[in-house]
Formats: sequence, C-alpha cells, structure tokens
Amino acid sequence: MSNAMILEVEDLGVSFDGFKAIDALNFYVERNELRVVIGPNGAGKTTLLDLICGKTRATTGKIKFKNKDLTKLSEHQIVHAGVGRKFQTPSIYENLTVRQNLELSSPGGRTVLSSLFFRRTPKLVARIQEIAETIYLVDELDMSAGLLSHGQKQWLEIGMLLIQDPELLMLDEPVAGMSVPEREATAALLNRIKENRAVIVIEHDMDFVKDIGRKVTVLHQGKILAEGPMEKVQSDERVIEVYLGH
Amino acid sequence: MQRLIKAFGGTSALIQIAVIAAILMVLLPATTEIFRLNLFGKYLTYAFVAVGLVLCWGYGGILSLGQGVFFGLGGYCMAMFLKLEASTPEATKIQTTPGIPDFMDWNQLTELPWFWEPFHSFTFTVFAVIAVPAFFAWLIGYAMFKRRVGGVYFAIITQAIAVILTILIVGQQGYTGGINGITDLRTLLGWDIRTDGAKYILYYACCIALLLCLLVGNFIINSRFGRLLIAMRDQEDRVRFSGYDVANMKVFVFVMASVFAAIGGAFFTLQVGFMSPTFIGAVASIEMVVFCAVGGRLSIVGAACGAFIVSWAKTSLSDSFPQIWPVVMGALFIGVVMFFPRGLAGLVSDYGSKLMPGRRSQSKPSTDKPDTASRTSSNATPQEQA
Repeated sequence: MSNAMILEVEDLGVSFDGFKAIDALNFYVERNELRVVIGPNGAGKTTLLDLICGKTRATTGKIKFKNKDLTKLSEHQIVHAGVGRKFQTPSIYENLTVRQNLELSSPGGRTVLSSLFFRRTPKLVARIQEIAETIYLVDELDMSAGLLSHGQKQWLEIGMLLIQDPELLMLDEPVAGMSVPEREATAALLNRIKENRAVIVIEHDMDFVKDIGRKVTVLHQGKILAEGPMEKVQSDERVIEVYLGH
Repeated sequence: MQRLIKAFGGTSALIQIAVIAAILMVLLPATTEIFRLNLFGKYLTYAFVAVGLVLCWGYGGILSLGQGVFFGLGGYCMAMFLKLEASTPEATKIQTTPGIPDFMDWNQLTELPWFWEPFHSFTFTVFAVIAVPAFFAWLIGYAMFKRRVGGVYFAIITQAIAVILTILIVGQQGYTGGINGITDLRTLLGWDIRTDGAKYILYYACCIALLLCLLVGNFIINSRFGRLLIAMRDQEDRVRFSGYDVANMKVFVFVMASVFAAIGGAFFTLQVGFMSPTFIGAVASIEMVVFCAVGGRLSIVGAACGAFIVSWAKTSLSDSFPQIWPVVMGALFIGVVMFFPRGLAGLVSDYGSKLMPGRRSQSKPSTDKPDTASRTSSNATPQEQA
C-alpha cells in the first residue's frame, strides 16, 4: 500500500486549548491524484494543510510523505522533501517583479552563501519562461507583482510552487475572489499541472470542484465525514445536512 | 566585466560611490583644515553603522535599536590594544603596579585581567574587532530568530541589551575604565596617532574602509540574497514555505550589520582617541537608526550621507544650543517617518525623476516603498484573461 500512496496521514490530531481542530484523522493521497477537500467553515481544512506543511505541529499521529515522517521535519525541510503549499490569501512578494518572484522560489540558492553568489543559468531563464506561460503571466514577467490583479496574484503563487516541482502540491482556495473566466482558466491550469504530481485542493466553490474533482473528501469537525467520487459524496445525506444543504 | 558591474548594483550605483569617493578623498581634504577633517572622519564612522542598518532594517525589516553595542564592542577592542600599548612600565612607573592601564591601578587592580592579555597582539585585535561583535550578534540573532522573535520585540530586546552593556561597563570600572571609558590612547604599533599626519592617514584609511563597505553592501542587496531580504520583509511565511531557513538568513544579515558597525567603532577609537560607554547606550543606538532613516533606509549611499549630515548638524547645533538637540533629533525622526519614509535618498531620486522623466522607468520596484505599488496600480489596466 505504501508504494501507491504518496501521503499517509494516520491518527492525526491537534488541539488548540482543548479544541480539537483535527481529531484522529486518517487521510491518504495516491501518487498523481487530484484530491479536493471540502467542508463547512471550521471543519479543519486549512489546519490539515498547516499540519502537513509544518506550519502547525501535530499533537498526535503521523504524517508520512514518501515514507518520511513530516512531523519531525522543519518547514523548509518539508519543502525540500517535495511538498509545496499555497496560502489562502495570495502570498507573493509585491515589491519584486513577477520574474524575481519566480526566481526566488526556484530551488538552488537556498542557503546564505549560495544565495549571495547565485547566478542565473540559461536553464533557469527558460524554466521561468515556461512557468510564466503555464500561469498566463508571460507579458507581466517584468512587472512589479504588486500591480497584478487578484487572480493573477493567485496564479503567480501557484507558479512559485510549480517552479519548485513539488511532488505534492497543496492549494488553499485557489479560486477565491476570482471572476468566472479566471476560474475557468484556473481549472484548466490545475488539470494541466496535476500531471506527474499529487494535488490537494481546498475549495468552497462547488462548480469549480465539479470541474476539477475526481475524488472528494468532506471534513467536518476535524473528522472525515465522507470520501469518494463527487457524485457519491453529493448524494450522501450527512454531507447534504452539514454542508451542501445550505 | 559587465557581470561584475551588475553584481555591484550597475553603473549608476558605482558612479554614486565614485562621487562619494571624490568628495571624501579629494574635495574635503583640499578644503578643510585637519581639525575639521578629523571631525568628518568621526562622522564617517557612523556611516558604517548606517550602511549595516540599511541591510538589516531597510531591506530585511529587522529593526535593531542596539547597533551601539557592536559599534562599541569594535571600538573597545581597538581601544584595549591602544591602551595596553600606552601603558608601558616606563610610562606608568608612578603607579602602584606599573605596566597596567592607569584606571586599573586606580581601582586597586594589581594584575592585568585575563581577557585583556590577548590584546597585546595587534593581529588578535584586528581579528577581535570583527569576531567579538560578530559572535555577539550571532548569539543574539540565533537566540531570537530561531524562536521567531521579531518586529517590535526584537527592537526592544536589542535596546535593552544596549542599556545592559552600558551598565556593565560603567559598573566594572576596574576592568573597563567605567563611565570615562578608555582614554589617553597614544600610539598604534609605535606610530603616534595624535599627530596631524597620522590623522590624515587614519581619515583616508577610514574612507577606504567605508567605500569597501558600500561596495559590499551593494553586492549584497543586488544578489539573490538581497531580493530574499525584501521577500522576507514582505512575506516571511512564503519565504519559509519556499524552502528557506528564514532564521539563518536573518542571523546572517544581522551579523553583517554588526560587523559594519564594529569596523566603524574601531575607526572611531583610532580617530577620536578614546572610547566610552556613551557610544553604546540607548541614546547613541537610537541616533544611529535616525542617521539611517534620514539618509534613506533603502539606499546604501543615502544612509551613509545621512549619517554624515546628521552628525555634522548635531555637532553644529549642540555647540550653540546643547539643550535642543534631542528635541531636534526626535522631530527629525518623526518627520522623516511620516513625510519622507525613504529619507533624503528618496527625495533626491524623486526630484531627479522630475528632471529626467525617462529615468523613472529604470528604477527597480524593490526601491519603491510598498504603497507606491498600490498607488500606481489604479493606472495599470487589469489584464483580463480569456
């Protein structure tokens, strides 16, 4: 089983002052799988991503990524292991250009010395160009990132993760605040980048979920309420009651 | 060659440094007598601190209100060497214990404390001027940044350290010279540093060291590390989750700033001829931040000029109206923060871009303060993607 699974979360729990945000959770993601996590507010969706990427430390349980226990690694080591995470609000460097944003996110030059004497290789220049095309920002490469529209900032952050070529990509509400055409472009983007990697997406927008989702996990009060194909989950009575019904 | 120029900030940055070099090393010595030039040399020692603060505070967003600590440590290391050289048994034969610094004798010490011993060696002293403050900065930085202490808390802690060190030095009079500091310094390796000729040479040495620091500073802010500093200032978590050990980066820039300050401190001792706790404490440390803010905390050359100009103003003003200087300094700081966040350098570049509208497009977005971006964003047409 280990071989098929890239991420194995077992008996995971975290409590904040007694409140159990995640409670004895078991969660598995296969290689090359795109998984959507949905659930009402406070269900623990973002906390789950925080736990996987090391932003929050687990109280109990294990998070195994490629058979490596992530709960023992620090944030940057988890990134080096191959996990990339996009935050809910676009987190980009507004005072740098789009190109500089992408370049800073590229692997290499991650220590003090190597970043001081870092030199741009033609390979990196080509890679940045390639990523910029993927995230629809070729014409904005030399623009200050602060000038991008909200949707473009979301894409840029996705691009900043893509350049690290992570094996597991976690996106927290990538289409929040996007216009309809932007949302469609993002769905196309996600369908393209899910090749060769596992992707976990947290999303509220059910139309968007239908566009991208195969398998859906519904979280409720820190536990998994239902899991399976979109159609099955949609008709699950408990899911309708706590989430979809309103 | 092209790549080398670019690594140090491009042609315009190098021209700025060349202009500074010409002013400091040709114009000023040609037009001022040595007494004044020596004072200018003293002002320049603060420019080292200001350049360090540009890296640490302007770019990295780490406000240290304790740079006086490192300035002082560098200065004290140099002063200890000079004091030992001035305390030969012949020069101190009237003391109860000849051969130790005079203030130790006054405090009933009968032998040189162990930590003074290595300062008999000039090589060790030069090493210590850099290494002692660097180690101290590493210790503070490591303890703070690994625990994710930042912002206001870091500023307050560094300020407290400056106060603590002052109290320690004043209290341990026999070991440190107390409130008077280490005075009556005479020779450096047998060379009398009090003569006019020596003052000229020390002034030039100070200028060259400062220019080197400007170059190193430019190299750092134009490297990937420099962009990383801006990135950490704006979105620390994004940097952390892009695979960087943020604490290491912060420790490095803090140590760099401290080393710059320490070099300045050593040149201060050499040119002024003494070192005392006044240059370490809270007031001195805050003054250093004001120098940097007035000059422009995002401009290496600007901050160096700011240090020079404000210290000059301080000397001129406190000569005639000693009471009002602290008020002027406070007003200056508030004024700069509220109305000119980019300091003199910002004013100059804004004025320059009005004269030469074409230049504006060349300026890097990294030198703009954050709100420029949002102000201009209304002009930019939002790109609709099909």
